[in-house]
Amino acid sequence: MLFKQTPSPHIKQNISVHDMMFKVLYALIPGALASMYFFGWGVLFNFIIAISVCLSAEAIILKLRHRDVYATLMDGSALLTACLLALALPSLAPWWLTVIASLSAIAVAKHLYGGLGFNPFNPAMVGYIVVMISFPLEMTLWSAPLGVNDGWPDFSTSFNWVFLGTLPFAETIDSISMATPIDLIKTQLSQLHDITETRNNIKYSALFSNISGTGWQWVNLLFLAGGIWLVKKGVADWRIPTAFLISLVLIANLFSVVDYANNSSALFHAFSGGTMLCAFFIATDPVTASTTPRGRWIYGAGIGVLVYIIRSWGGYPDGIAFAVVLMNIAAPLIDYYTQPKVYGDPNK
Amino acid sequence: MKQTDSISTLDGGLTLVAHKHLSTGSAISSMEQSKQYIVPLQQHIGVISQALVKKGDRVLKGQMLAKPGNLISAAVHSPVSGIVCDVKQHDIPHISGNSDLCIFIENDFKDEWIERHPLADDYNQTSSSDMRKLIRDAGIVGLGGATFPASVKQTEMNIETLILNAVECEPYITCDDVLMREHAKDVLSGADIIGHIIKARQCIIAIEENKPEAIKAIQLAIDNDGTGFFKIQVIPTIYPSGGEKQLIQIITGQEVPKGRYPAELGVLCHNVATAYAIYRAVYLDEPLISRITTVTGHGVKQPQNIEVLIGTPMRSCIEHCGGYTENSEELIMGGPMMGFSLKSDSLPVVKATNCLLVTAKEENPYQQKHLPCIRCGKCVEVCPVRLLPQQLYWYASSKNIDRLIEHNIFDCIECGCCAYVCPSEIPLVQYYRYAKTTIWQQERERKSSDISRQRHESHQLRLEKQKQEREEKLRKKRELLKNKSDDNAAGTKGSDKNNKQTTIAEAVARAQAKKAERNKVNNNEDKETG
Repeated sequence: MLFKQTPSPHIKQNISVHDMMFKVLYALIPGALASMYFFGWGVLFNFIIAISVCLSAEAIILKLRHRDVYATLMDGSALLTACLLALALPSLAPWWLTVIASLSAIAVAKHLYGGLGFNPFNPAMVGYIVVMISFPLEMTLWSAPLGVNDGWPDFSTSFNWVFLGTLPFAETIDSISMATPIDLIKTQLSQLHDITETRNNIKYSALFSNISGTGWQWVNLLFLAGGIWLVKKGVADWRIPTAFLISLVLIANLFSVVDYANNSSALFHAFSGGTMLCAFFIATDPVTASTTPRGRWIYGAGIGVLVYIIRSWGGYPDGIAFAVVLMNIAAPLIDYYTQPKVYGDPNK
Repeated sequence: MKQTDSISTLDGGLTLVAHKHLSTGSAISSMEQSKQYIVPLQQHIGVISQALVKKGDRVLKGQMLAKPGNLISAAVHSPVSGIVCDVKQHDIPHISGNSDLCIFIENDFKDEWIERHPLADDYNQTSSSDMRKLIRDAGIVGLGGATFPASVKQTEMNIETLILNAVECEPYITCDDVLMREHAKDVLSGADIIGHIIKARQCIIAIEENKPEAIKAIQLAIDNDGTGFFKIQVIPTIYPSGGEKQLIQIITGQEVPKGRYPAELGVLCHNVATAYAIYRAVYLDEPLISRITTVTGHGVKQPQNIEVLIGTPMRSCIEHCGGYTENSEELIMGGPMMGFSLKSDSLPVVKATNCLLVTAKEENPYQQKHLPCIRCGKCVEVCPVRLLPQQLYWYASSKNIDRLIEHNIFDCIECGCCAYVCPSEIPLVQYYRYAKTTIWQQERERKSSDISRQRHESHQLRLEKQKQEREEKLRKKRELLKNKSDDNAAGTKGSDKNNKQTTIAEAVARAQAKKAERNKVNNNEDKETG
């Protein structure tokens, strides 16, 4: 009798890229819902635009590259990129901003480098940086979070603004948008109003809550919860978020202890902006991160330091995207120099 | 009984579904004899053995059919009495899928043994070197799967501890488990013999905790023995704890230094089945002509352990176990992690055949095409050698040999843990195996091209030298002629005598120089050819 032959091993753990990507997507759900709750319809529009553009772009390019369209779409990686972009972009981003970011992410950052597994930079973050550099003004268009002033605009206002660029009579974009706490503190500091002064200012005090920013703290807390679940499931590596958060908290604490009036607290940094989203969902993107055990500590810590530097002294409202891409550049080098010593290595 | 506290742990590793109960339901069953046996001459690591019989010879059961080819080689023996009906190339169960020289024996069913003189308890008075020779003549190799000649392993170095490997960490395989259940005492006798040869001070029998019955049987045998030489060590069930280096790490907490032997740590590892084979060689004067093999999997009707003669066609083993089920798909020799699939069941059972695993259709884990590596690093977490499988994969696909060597590809034990956990379903081990073979091949080619280049260069050098010598000669001759004509032109008689003498002196010097030159050239040539 003749048999078919396959290479060893002949058994396989029941695990697939599809499962991993979808677990990441599930873990995003609590934070994403909180984001919609606090920042309104715009977040939902971001999702719709980013997902449809990312998936279409992926499908078209796969077709052009003569790859299996359905199988690759089902790996969930393009969907994940879209969701991360939707959560990272401001809630009142005009539709074309999201489209440009999505196309840059999928077409440029992912497929020009060879598709899944071959992209050196995090696609979502490249998409984010492209629009951040090109359209800095639009990138600050966050709606006021629920509970601050009138909260986020209603459906028709949001829809008209995002898709048509029109606003109701007597409204300006400034009246429906609001700076994020990180951004606000930075601009206030540049005008020599220290942090205590800003937080006590009647105009802004509603933006701040006991942990960090109103709304933002909950979004971050829920991303943290989803992230912990992800680590427990063994999908995300635990070293990168741990190293990232420890380094961010340590450096923030150092500066705020020395000069609390001009430097936000460690707690504020940990639960503001995209910190938790980055820690568990962006920095942990395996393709672009360092892959050695020691390297992941260095990689995560590096992002923490860079995020703090860019947030505190850089020209942009948040530093996540730049920090991640800068460390993406360093990842191959880190991997090379952090090879573990193999079994029986005499220099161990 | 459990002594898991004093041991170290393995790096990485996996917890696998064992599927061991499939084949442990019944006692070891003996197989009815076949009509024909195919005994390959290469059943071990090392040099192929040299046939001692030819077509038409009558051989007895246990007669040596082939002797070891050199030091690292093993003898093979006839499993039955009968006629050598052919000596020719035949497919053998080897990972390379190659064929090799095999001796075909037609069974006469007389079961006539060679004369046997068991040494039995006298081994205690026999020298280590004589014992090694006995084991070598019995053709005993490591039966855990590696098939390294056992006598070669029993070095004269100072060995403190003999580790008896009864870990059997691969799923499905139970041949060592049932061997210990049924022959615990004989296994210990075999270990005692090895202990005598290497002068070990203690023997640790390492068993995974998922074999409670074997543990009980061995413990009972140890209690009956009462010498204090044996100690049982139950270890956690983690694949691949049964790898020699991994087991040494678990038991001693030390790692065998790269490129060195376990003996340098004062330990020696032998498989339990090897110890049992040694017992039979000493107490029954029976060479290695049979072994216990697990026939199992969801593709075979009655999974069980069988005692099978080396050379039996695998098909007979499967038939003995009720034949194939309707959905059988692959025939694997060895376990599901490191075993290799065979193209046909007409291959013979060899010394390495610890398991014949027949998988069922729904068990095959792999799709046709794998996804790209997403560098998730799951492979890094499970690698028992602390390699970076994802980097090795990257460099193996890009054929970057320098980087592969830098990332220690040759330390890979091909245990398959990385491929098992890979979410992209990349057959990583296959990539590494291919890369290793490519590097070896290039190394060989480089060496042979180096040799021919050297040859060519020295040939060129020789030609150049000859040319120079010729020119030098011509030049001297011309000078001499010129001088002569000058002298003739001067034509003084008094200098004539002087002239003659100088000519003679010059001739002598020339002859000497020539001689010296010739010697030199000869020397050079010697060097080149040598």
